[in-house]
Amino acid sequence: MLTDDFDPLKGRMLKILDQDGNVDESLAPPLDDAMLERAFRTMVLGRVADEKAVTLQRQGRLGAYPPNKGQEAASLGPAMAMDDGDWLVWAFRELAGLLWRGLPLDQYYLGWMGDEEGNRYDPRLRITPPAIPVASQYAYAVGLAYASRYRKENAVTFAFTGDGGTSEGDFHESLNAAGVFKLPMVFVVQNNQWAISLPRSRQTASETIAQKAVAYGIRGIQVDGNDVLAMYAASREAAEVARSGGGPTLIEAYTYRLGDHTTSDDARRYRLASEARKWEARDPLVRTMKLLRSRGILDDKNESMNESIWDEARQMVEDAVSRAEAFPAPALDDVFRYMYKDMPPCLEEQLNELKGKRP
Amino acid sequence: MMMNMVQAINSALALEMDADGSVIVLGEDVGAAGGVFRVTNGLLDRFGADRVIDMPLSESLIVGMATGMAMAGLHPVAEVQFMGFSYLALNMIASHTARMRNRSRGAYAVPMVLRMPYGAGVKALEHHSESTEAMYVQVPGLKVVVPSTPREAKGLLTSSIRDPDPVIFLEPTRSYRLFKEEVEDGPFTLPLGKARMVQEGDDITVVGWGAMMPLVQEAVDATEGGGASCEVIDLRTLSPMDSEAVIRSVRKTGRAVIVQEAPMTCGVAAELIARISKKAFLSLEAPPERVTGPDITVPLPKGEKYYYISSDRIYEAIMRTMSF
Repeated sequence: MLTDDFDPLKGRMLKILDQDGNVDESLAPPLDDAMLERAFRTMVLGRVADEKAVTLQRQGRLGAYPPNKGQEAASLGPAMAMDDGDWLVWAFRELAGLLWRGLPLDQYYLGWMGDEEGNRYDPRLRITPPAIPVASQYAYAVGLAYASRYRKENAVTFAFTGDGGTSEGDFHESLNAAGVFKLPMVFVVQNNQWAISLPRSRQTASETIAQKAVAYGIRGIQVDGNDVLAMYAASREAAEVARSGGGPTLIEAYTYRLGDHTTSDDARRYRLASEARKWEARDPLVRTMKLLRSRGILDDKNESMNESIWDEARQMVEDAVSRAEAFPAPALDDVFRYMYKDMPPCLEEQLNELKGKRP
Repeated sequence: MMMNMVQAINSALALEMDADGSVIVLGEDVGAAGGVFRVTNGLLDRFGADRVIDMPLSESLIVGMATGMAMAGLHPVAEVQFMGFSYLALNMIASHTARMRNRSRGAYAVPMVLRMPYGAGVKALEHHSESTEAMYVQVPGLKVVVPSTPREAKGLLTSSIRDPDPVIFLEPTRSYRLFKEEVEDGPFTLPLGKARMVQEGDDITVVGWGAMMPLVQEAVDATEGGGASCEVIDLRTLSPMDSEAVIRSVRKTGRAVIVQEAPMTCGVAAELIARISKKAFLSLEAPPERVTGPDITVPLPKGEKYYYISSDRIYEAIMRTMSF
């Protein structure tokens, strides 16, 4: 078991793919070339889409936006380990994972452009809407997991938060209850070192976030969050444990937020540029590209495939932006209609008043 | 069968659980102990630990877990032991339970019930006497239901469990075992969003809900000698509020007294009076009155009498309004 070999109390981090593209073959998960290529394509699409979102925000075409840059592997690895029917409970910085699970990019944009229609996900995807009150999504994730098990669906619930989220009460209540009920869950904490301006060291005196699992009586592991192979391997093992009744696992994805907290933030106010530069060398996307080269999936002699992957991503992004921008803005009725299944008379009266109709 | 409110709620829970495997009860001490007020008594033995879940002490998680279960299509009935402890779950209720349907444009719904005993007049510890229902009425997306009698409690809870939206179900602690009445043995529903006409009258409309209703009745009965013909309305659903029923009545009587256990400012009574003023202004013979708790923390038992509304206060308000 990886969780035994990388016991969080022993301070060992699971790493498989290093920043030069070398693979620890003794730990490498069985991923074929097609899966690796798809993973790379998803990371590229996520990166291009994310940078486009920041640009759109600067142009006034999209609202406040939390950039994902540098954290692609931390959500992609777990998503790759998911089965049909598994729940993905995201926070707000898990774009690559969402794309892998099939969330249409135009819907993602539509949400950040400020329309709830963007959150009308196909229920078959089993993706919950973004959750902004930090770590609160862990609580409903526990309910989704309970419901899955109650109905004998054999599904696993993957729930994401960040290092800041581990200080919230809901983090404690959720991991505690998931441990008590031995629920089929994988809690992924994207430790990107900064909760807006607060460094990880000020979030908790624990040496690692993974070791918090010990107190809840559940499995835990610290993983190089910029290593898609390690994130996949840890997630797959956690999902297998969960599916076989072994209870939840806490995965700390050790990563870094290369961008600002959101487009309204300026990280230069509280951290050194040299720190970010150090982490740029550990970029999960560059690392994965090197892996594909060494596996011969991307050919050094022929750069055209790599270029075409990026070109295709840019085209997909442009198409998604066009579709999202062409989506009609909500009508007055739309902002009333979904408060209740059936609109109560007193609400209908308020709607009519806004429409200029006298009661 | 003659039932008190505890028995009536228990009967509603048991019948709904029996009829529908997606109905699940969760809360602190709801299993082996049968709930601190014994409302869930016997459910564990009958339906098993998967459906009657004794929860760790975590109100936020109880509500959050119920929310997730409901998003997945189950019909959880969660219990918080006292309304004063529901504040620990306020974020979950206001940020997720109430919003999920609108946030997802209907892709996800939250058909759950959150039960909690509320109200003073039982000489309890601090935090055990709250009646801050207006806080929940202020949250769009929730329904807020307050039964006043055993039969009402059974019919309204059954409707709440079957409702497609989240319902905050406030049970008046003081009325749990106050009296028994005849309640149908089998399942039945009472409509949410409809006030109950308790008694018709011509001179004045007296409105209350929950634990106030027995006191309202006492005061109204006392006025009979004084010649006031009172129309009595049990609001019973605070959100959505059936203000139309009250307005219809005030158009007829021309006078209104609203009785609210909660603190005065920005309470449900204030909202009702605003609506009466707008829609029944020309029918009014006197300013609408409200009898409410003062804007203070509910005192501990030795001082509770200064807070709690008496039928005398209601009687005086009725007579004052009659003689305006």
